[in-house]
Amino acid sequence: MRLQDPQSTVSFTFDGRRYRGVPGEPVAAALLAAGVRLVARSFKYHRPRGIMSAGSEEQNALVTVGRGPQAEPNVRATVLEVSEGLEVFSQNAWPSLKHDAMAVNDLMSPFLGAGFYYKTFMWPKPFWEKLYEPVIRRAAGLGGLSGKANQDRYEKAFAFCDVLIIGAGPAGLMAALTAGRAGADVILADEDTAMGGRLLREVEDVDGQPGPDWAAETIAALSAMDNVRLMTRTTVTGAYDQGTYGALERIAGLRRAGKPLECFWRIVAKRSILCAGALERPIAFPNNDRPGIMMASAVRSYVNRWGVAPGKAVTIFGNNDDAHRTARDLVAAGVKVAALVDCRDDVQVDGDFPVYTGAQVVATKGRRALERITISHAGGTRDIRTDCLAMSGGWNPTVHLTCQMNGRPTWQADIASFVPTPGNVPGMVTAGACNGAFSTAACLKEGAEVAAEVATGLGLKPKVTVPSADDSAYRISPLWAVPGQGRKWIDFQNDVHVKDIKLAAQENFRSVEHMKRYTTQGMAPDQGKSSNVVALAVLADATGRGIPETGTTTFRPPFVPVSIAAMGAGSQGKGFAPERLTTSHCASVARGAPMIEAGLWYRPSYFPQQGETHWRQSCDREVRYVRNAVGVCDVSTLGKIDIQGPGAAALLDFVYTNTFSTLKVGRTRYGLMLREDGHVMDDGTTARLGEQHYVMTTTTAAAAQVMRHLEFTLQVLRPDLNARIMSVTEQWAQFAVAGPRSRDLLNSVLDDQIVDADWPFMACGAVDVAGVQGRLFRISFSGEHAYELAVPARYGDSLFRLLTAQAESYGGGAYGMEALNVLRIEKGFTTHAEIHGRTTAFDIGMDRMISRKKDCIGRTAAARPGLIDDDREQLVGLKAVGAVKQLTAGAHLFAQDAAPERVNGQGYTTSVAYSPTLQTGLALGFLKRGSARHGEVLRMVDHLRQIEAMVEVCDPVFFDPEGGRARG
Amino acid sequence: MRITCPNCGERDRREFYYQGDALALTRPAPDAGPHAWDDYLHNRDNPAGDTQDLWFHEAGCGAWIVVNRNTVTHAIDDTRLAATVKR
Ligand SMILES: [Zn+2]
Repeated sequence: MRLQDPQSTVSFTFDGRRYRGVPGEPVAAALLAAGVRLVARSFKYHRPRGIMSAGSEEQNALVTVGRGPQAEPNVRATVLEVSEGLEVFSQNAWPSLKHDAMAVNDLMSPFLGAGFYYKTFMWPKPFWEKLYEPVIRRAAGLGGLSGKANQDRYEKAFAFCDVLIIGAGPAGLMAALTAGRAGADVILADEDTAMGGRLLREVEDVDGQPGPDWAAETIAALSAMDNVRLMTRTTVTGAYDQGTYGALERIAGLRRAGKPLECFWRIVAKRSILCAGALERPIAFPNNDRPGIMMASAVRSYVNRWGVAPGKAVTIFGNNDDAHRTARDLVAAGVKVAALVDCRDDVQVDGDFPVYTGAQVVATKGRRALERITISHAGGTRDIRTDCLAMSGGWNPTVHLTCQMNGRPTWQADIASFVPTPGNVPGMVTAGACNGAFSTAACLKEGAEVAAEVATGLGLKPKVTVPSADDSAYRISPLWAVPGQGRKWIDFQNDVHVKDIKLAAQENFRSVEHMKRYTTQGMAPDQGKSSNVVALAVLADATGRGIPETGTTTFRPPFVPVSIAAMGAGSQGKGFAPERLTTSHCASVARGAPMIEAGLWYRPSYFPQQGETHWRQSCDREVRYVRNAVGVCDVSTLGKIDIQGPGAAALLDFVYTNTFSTLKVGRTRYGLMLREDGHVMDDGTTARLGEQHYVMTTTTAAAAQVMRHLEFTLQVLRPDLNARIMSVTEQWAQFAVAGPRSRDLLNSVLDDQIVDADWPFMACGAVDVAGVQGRLFRISFSGEHAYELAVPARYGDSLFRLLTAQAESYGGGAYGMEALNVLRIEKGFTTHAEIHGRTTAFDIGMDRMISRKKDCIGRTAAARPGLIDDDREQLVGLKAVGAVKQLTAGAHLFAQDAAPERVNGQGYTTSVAYSPTLQTGLALGFLKRGSARHGEVLRMVDHLRQIEAMVEVCDPVFFDPEGGRARG
Repeated sequence: MRITCPNCGERDRREFYYQGDALALTRPAPDAGPHAWDDYLHNRDNPAGDTQDLWFHEAGCGAWIVVNRNTVTHAIDDTRLAATVKR
């Protein structure tokens, strides 16, 4: 029921029915205004549940928003803002919220208590996976996902400040005002749609004006400061190392396509002030979960802030003075107070309603919503007709963030609550209700004083002025669980009640962490925010210990559920990894080349021509280009590292197994690089462009690793060497020009003709290409007479087009990764398929490349006995010789007569190709004592793909073993 | 987590690559023997408390940094350029 007529309304639906709401108010308020009380079914027993709170701690009113891929489950109706056309659905009920078939679970509840699954479903064992678990999973649960890709947009962002103030109630506002006026860069974050905290809910004056007015004035003053940033709808979810905080912002306004729903912030703050307030805790009395039973502070929120009466006749049940203001506010709003029930004897309440002291609620009735309660007091028991029960078991300071870095809170007996232990989070201080200061006056004062200390610590000169406000004492007498028949709920979200916790204690799960896991107390999406302290008190009582001795469970981030979509914002689809494109990308795509990923790079697989129906046809043709005419291939993705300085040669001698200081200027050499543990890291060619100037190439895959390794070598191992390195991979576009006609092709594009006498195998130097200064390397990864021509990247596109056009006029053309792979396998050249991290120089037949004349990284470890054992698997070539010609990579090798089982394994294949040159299937692989077994015939078995073939072991260099074609 | 790069100042840990124990600074001589090399390559302490390790400011200036930090409190009390550390 609304207390005033709203000025404007919007319409939304709940389970298909249309309702009116006031823009900005939570769905929970609109539903209460419409008299909707049953809004959800509970997790395990499918009990009817209603709205319990007015904030993010809501345990019952979880709903699904939207439908299809857009559907978002487990949204709390208490923080979901009403907007035009919003579609809201109840969860965990079938066929409907009113008639939920699974409510049968509630009848079986005597058998479904804590530990029930563990005890009942242990036997017979196979039934667990096949029968019990699926059935239980279907019965229990909250909202579900659509299973379709989420199309909604999310964002992430970073922010930096001097002081992060978490919570904008009276303490947070005063802290921001004090720190902001002192000149600090301030971020003030609050999870509510509006700042003010309790001032928006309570009827209190600050500085002689109504609380909400003072809050509005203060917010206006803060908004006017350039050094203060105000963030509403922003929950600080986690405190992390070195002053980093996570925060989830719900973006204001209508949910619609293309507009982000949430933003996940990483905020870095020099200091932070936690002003998170406190959460009211429920009392465990029999059947305390009926719709209509809610927190007393929530009742005040709905009445005072949202103008909605949650019931027609409201009863208040509490153990502290704070609860009494609920009755006062209801009367002022014209709502009937059915009774005020206080468990304490010595309380004085004035008001025109029945007051029962020394009294407790011992029973409640009403099938789908509260209809009446029974109380017991000195005079006996009494039934009261009431449709809303406002309960208050006192307040728990919101200490969660202070405990996320392994700290524990401290028990404070006078308020029967835990308060933060100072220093738990480096850089964080606390003020206000989260610190156990419960009056508005105390909050304002602490906020200002703590902020002044923080500002002083930052070298600023703050001034403290504190407005006057209500300073009435908070008096409480602990009341956790009321005796009597019936289930007394503690964790409403996970359906845990008092008896479950007592059972845990009885079965010797006395440690709080064990109790938690046995009962699932505090393990629901709300993480036991409202219920943990009550559960601890019940456990303490059941085990005969005090609450501080019983201890608390660990609070971990996030404080409220954070969708994975928000944390991973921007990383879906193409955003998952950056794309690196070569300069020839457009030309390759225009030629119809399918692009494949090579790390972050995209490279052409092959260049299809008209009439070709299978990639092998294109690949074979491209291989023949290179073997018979000339092919052009973009090799820019290989890592290129520029190395300069007087120490450059010594650096290379130290990172490569072979020697580069003896390399002549204008020459290139193949180099092998080891890890310090003696295994091969990478290989490639390095050219000496000048006395103190080298350019190294790495494999595409290991470019970043080698760069890091070189920096490590220079800075950590050999700071004595005067050399500098720089990645120039993106600065140079580089193309392989390979085949018998490669020199002719080059001479058709270079400004000056080259001749073999000046450009022998492994020569390098400067050349001009159409007036552009480039670099030419006579190196070959195909075994043919070949070059690599490099130009500054901005000329790459036009050079690629020029080279391929010229190649076509010589009967050749562009070739892609497939042909490149065939060409290198025919020559037995290794890639990271072979140097996969477990192979040594010895394994790939290159141990002679480890110079004995100098130290290098990996040299000592490579000589360890286990790494040069003749029994090791060594690189071999394998040729298909049986009826089956298909070889596969990753297959295993066995003696012909041995069973193809692991114990008989002799080795494995790493790379395979069909060689159009040799017209047979080829493979590279590793075989025990392989180099001594050439000529042997083995059985190749691919257990995964169900392929078997006979292979002959041979030298890994299948084609032109003398190397005459590359040198000639 | 934030690490102070001696060149760039305090930066988010996502900019850094983690290598491991700063033991890497003291590479044994080639003839130091198998025990010294095993210790250097493989044997590591797992202290609950102060530790010293190497981070690479890969998405920054490219400096290798020796970081003194506490594995219990996560406090970082010192960062220095590896190239300037006396060994
Ligand atoms: Zn740096």
